[in-house]
Amino acid sequence: MVNLEVSIGNLKLKNPVLTASGTFGYGTEFSDFIDLDRLGGYIVKGTTLEPRQGNPYPRMVETPSGMLNAVGLQNKGVDYFIEHIYPTLSAFKSVPVVNVSGAKVEDYVRVCEKLAAETDIKAVEINISCPNVKQGGMAFGTTTHGASQVTKAVRAAFPGTVIVKLSPNVTDITEIAKAAESEGADAVSLINTLMGMAIDVEKRKPCLSTITGGLSGAAVRPVAVRMVWQTAKAVSIPVIGLGGIMNGRDALEFILAGATAIEVGTANFIDPAVTVKIVDYISEYCQRHGVADVNELIGAINR
Amino acid sequence: MKKCIKDFKVVENQRLHPLYSLLRLTPVDGTKLDGVKPGQFVQVAIDKSKNTYLRRPISINNVIEETNELWLLVRKAGDGTASLMETPEGEIVNLILPLGNEFNVTDKNKRVLLIGGGVGVAPMLLLGKKLKSMGVTPDILIGARSKNDLLELDAFREIGNLHISTDDGSAGEHGVVTMHSVFMSQWDKFYCCGPSPMMKAVAAKARETGTDCEVSLENMMACGLGACLCCVEKTVKGNVCVCTEGPVFNINDLTW
Ligand SMILES: Cc1cc2nc3c(=O)[nH]c(=O)nc-3n(C[C@H](O)[C@H](O)[C@H](O)COP(=O)(O)OP(=O)(O)OC[C@H]3O[C@@H](n4cnc5c(N)ncnc54)[C@H](O)[C@@H]3O)c2cc1C
Ligand SMILES: Cc1cc2nc3c(=O)[nH]c(=O)nc-3n(C[C@H](O)[C@H](O)[C@H](O)COP(=O)(O)O)c2cc1C
Ligand code: FES
Repeated sequence: MVNLEVSIGNLKLKNPVLTASGTFGYGTEFSDFIDLDRLGGYIVKGTTLEPRQGNPYPRMVETPSGMLNAVGLQNKGVDYFIEHIYPTLSAFKSVPVVNVSGAKVEDYVRVCEKLAAETDIKAVEINISCPNVKQGGMAFGTTTHGASQVTKAVRAAFPGTVIVKLSPNVTDITEIAKAAESEGADAVSLINTLMGMAIDVEKRKPCLSTITGGLSGAAVRPVAVRMVWQTAKAVSIPVIGLGGIMNGRDALEFILAGATAIEVGTANFIDPAVTVKIVDYISEYCQRHGVADVNELIGAINR
Repeated sequence: MKKCIKDFKVVENQRLHPLYSLLRLTPVDGTKLDGVKPGQFVQVAIDKSKNTYLRRPISINNVIEETNELWLLVRKAGDGTASLMETPEGEIVNLILPLGNEFNVTDKNKRVLLIGGGVGVAPMLLLGKKLKSMGVTPDILIGARSKNDLLELDAFREIGNLHISTDDGSAGEHGVVTMHSVFMSQWDKFYCCGPSPMMKAVAAKARETGTDCEVSLENMMACGLGACLCCVEKTVKGNVCVCTEGPVFNINDLTW
């Protein structure tokens, strides 16, 4: 038996496979295709203090081996989540993690306080890296000051595991990671989407209503692997790796680069059952390589 | 049938037109195609096209219970649909299905007009069949650019009274669908699928005549499962997902 269990702060995951926020709904959208209980955990849609309608259509366009999106955090707000969604999640054994966004530091704090007071949610992922909202979002994730401010405030408001999700749209992601670590983050996750743009040349119009959007999918993977590798060397808290993971091989690339766990995003759209295949692949890989514990693989590249 | 990811074999690939193919598919594992509803769609994986990353949404054109066949009417838009149209007989295509809501049907409406433009005729066939099985003979109005662009006419003739309009007058009445003389009659209900300007014109006609009207939207989709929120349409209830709360909408719920 291979040990697949990993720890992120106080949070124990039965395997390193999580789902990326905004690509997996509330999990239940996928329960016809997979047994959610087989995942290490799942990170639900970005949740804000107030309901948000998101950006106008069109919100997506396919690009080479990926896609741009400009959803803009459409969600019904934290109160709706607590009242209507949270009760449905208790049917699953996998760990739910709530992805939290805000325009002001105060917003992040209020959402986390509500989650702490009214639910048994054990971990939050703090999104300081959304490129699709005008205020806040990525603004906090592109300076060490912004990242420190949000992390510090959330740390004080939420007793469980705090994961800070980083933006790749910076010159040096390790600086931001270190800022989050020093203010008490239990882990960092990276990468969120890369800012991009596409133009319909026939219509001479941007493909997205917001002109720019966030790039995800296989196209971003080498950038993400590089950033995970750099960050894992720079901090001593666990790093959660994501960006373009399409299969088990890709997941191992992130683990070997230094990720303790991984998240699967856009790949869920192409194969809604891909996450459990990744769990199986990691287990099979460990057996094939004579590895008894997946933790031995974290950052274990031969040089 | 329950929502699933399933391999289908291409039983027949009929090139109806330089731009259109009719793919007749059957589940490899023999799963019975029951309970598929008119208006629903599938998400097709396009493995052979290097330029296609995500699945493509395609309406369910027909389900033949006797042979357990599912039909997709595909129009060439870009690389994804072009590649799908080239799938040889005997090959496997992977589908996620059945997705989306359905057209609302009732045997109380007797005077029912189905309006299809271009590839928008696709969902009208299964809808017409369903209406017919409920004892309602629908009228069907098909709009196309020209005589050669009219598809599946024989199949439509079997289920109802067929009317045609072409932009160039080469078949049926001359002009856009909403200029057709069928609109002189009173109708209980319109069902419409086609290019967005056409659906908007039909919606305007419906409002003018006080006719109930459902349209099927084709917003760009990534997941097709309600997970990504990319496909939203602005409605009177705010932004809703076309892939789960649609693709069929009553025009009263839309903002156009
Ligand atoms: C619910 C639903 C049902 C559909 N049913 C059918 C059907 O039965 N038969 C059929 O042939 N097509 C149908 N479509 C449209 C089909 O999904 C698109 O034509 C296809 O995704 C284009 O992919 P592509 O790779 O060929 O073209 P791309 O290279 O992706 O795009 C080529 C061109 O097509 C346009 N396009 C892309 N996606 C769509 C879309 N979703 N709707 C309209 N235009 C688009 C693009 O703007 C671009 O100009 C349906 C779409 C939806 C949402
Ligand atoms: C449609 C869509 C919506 C997203 N919404 C969120 C979100 O609400 N919060 C967040 O932190 N990240 C969001 N993301 C980013 C993903 O969680 C992930 O960081 C990114 O897509 C890279 O991973 P991938 O290439 O595996 O998809 C979204 C991504 C997509 C494609
Ligand atoms: S296409 Fe993803 S929610 Fe509709």
